Amino acid sequence: MRVLPHMGSFVPAAPEEILRPAKPWFVLLSIAVGLTLNLVPLPPEAMTYRPDFLALVLLYWCIQQPRYVGVGSAWFVGLVMDVGDATVFGQHALAYAVLAYGAEYFRRRVLRFPLWQQAVQVAVLLVLCSLIVLLVRFVGGAMLPKWTYLAPPLVGAALWPLVSVLLQTPQRPSRSRRNDGF
Amino acid sequence: MRPIPVDSQPFFNRGPSPLTRLAIFGLLSVALLFADTRYRYLENVRQGVAIALYPVGRALGMPGAALAFVADYFGSKRQLADENAALRQELVARAPATMGYHRVEEENARLRALLDVRSRDGSTAIAVEVLYAGRDPFAQKVFVDKGTSAGVQAGAGVIDENGVVGQVTRVYPYMAEVTLITDRDQAVPVQVERNAARSVLFGNGTGRAPELRFTSPSADLRVGDRLLTSGLDGTYPPGLAVAEIVDVVRDTGQMFARIVCKPLAGIDHSKFLLVLAPSSPPPPRPEEASDTDTTKKGARAKARRIAP
Repeated sequence: MRVLPHMGSFVPAAPEEILRPAKPWFVLLSIAVGLTLNLVPLPPEAMTYRPDFLALVLLYWCIQQPRYVGVGSAWFVGLVMDVGDATVFGQHALAYAVLAYGAEYFRRRVLRFPLWQQAVQVAVLLVLCSLIVLLVRFVGGAMLPKWTYLAPPLVGAALWPLVSVLLQTPQRPSRSRRNDGF
Repeated sequence: MRPIPVDSQPFFNRGPSPLTRLAIFGLLSVALLFADTRYRYLENVRQGVAIALYPVGRALGMPGAALAFVADYFGSKRQLADENAALRQELVARAPATMGYHRVEEENARLRALLDVRSRDGSTAIAVEVLYAGRDPFAQKVFVDKGTSAGVQAGAGVIDENGVVGQVTRVYPYMAEVTLITDRDQAVPVQVERNAARSVLFGNGTGRAPELRFTSPSADLRVGDRLLTSGLDGTYPPGLAVAEIVDVVRDTGQMFARIVCKPLAGIDHSKFLLVLAPSSPPPPRPEEASDTDTTKKGARAKARRIAP
């Protein structure tokens, strides 16, 4: 299969466009922002649907910059999340490591698709990620959560296009940014 | 199928393959999960990471502060906001008094003096602010902005201006983790205000109301009854408001009545909380000899003591 013709959909950077390498500080900053968004206190109704922003950011960097962010760094970030959430050590670490591996596994393919089709594939990974957390909790003796447990990964997948565009912006060559009307 | 020529053979050596790395880190996580749940070996590591995480918690308070600043810029709201915050703090600080605790305390002090018992020091309660709420859908926890450095101790009760919020379950140098009374693992010994009937309020987890479990269907409990702490656990001082009964289901097919309660405190929205001073430890359990099970255990222990 050759490169899919993209159908004029919401694709800010074409697969052929060469992005500049991401600045390490920007990667770190985005991870810190993801962590912060994960911990902001919200009313309980909103809390049920809050996606895992940190997983989204990690997934983006695992796909775009596999040399900066991979299985190991995702694992470490997961440990920090475990402390932030006061959950059992290793729960998020395991989930994020699997997520990073999944990203590594299909990253060459996923970038060929337009963003909304990427989102569908991202949804599968994010659901897998929360099922791992569920499995760990089951072993720890938790009860079966309500169906809304699957809402955050789906909301997260829906946010994928937005997150991609936001994280991509600093890497785009200045020429194309000027063409966008800046 | 045509193999993709690019990247089939890595040009640069990038260390072990992703699958190997996944296996290594996966095993590490499982080891951590095991060590943490079974042995609690990792509390020191957790403390370290928590210090690193403290700025994030602080940063979460910043949007609110920034908004307050903007409000000040556009009008004279800042003064009002400050006043409001100060008043809220004070309200919480006075919560025990408003709940009738103060009066009872005074009365008790006199009686205790008569009995020559060391009076409970109520002055060391610590006002705290909620930094952020835990994201874990399986547990009900919030994090507050003071820790061991301010004298917060694990096990202390936490209240707001309306009633009991929860209990400090873990302390870090600058933060503390409060498990709410709605958490599945949390239980509060209570007493019905109307008739002083004792019971225990059990949390039921996220999205489910706490219940009084193991109550006989004939118990004198009505919708609208207020539940106060009974003080039997040595964690919460007696007489703090906890919850209100909102539903009583007496099903003849069931052994126990189902008593659904609603917490009185602003469990999920209170910003300012008060960590109560940990009370003196309860006296040691008296020796039990009547129960067959305990005697058996005791006998075995005695045998073990003699054997070697």
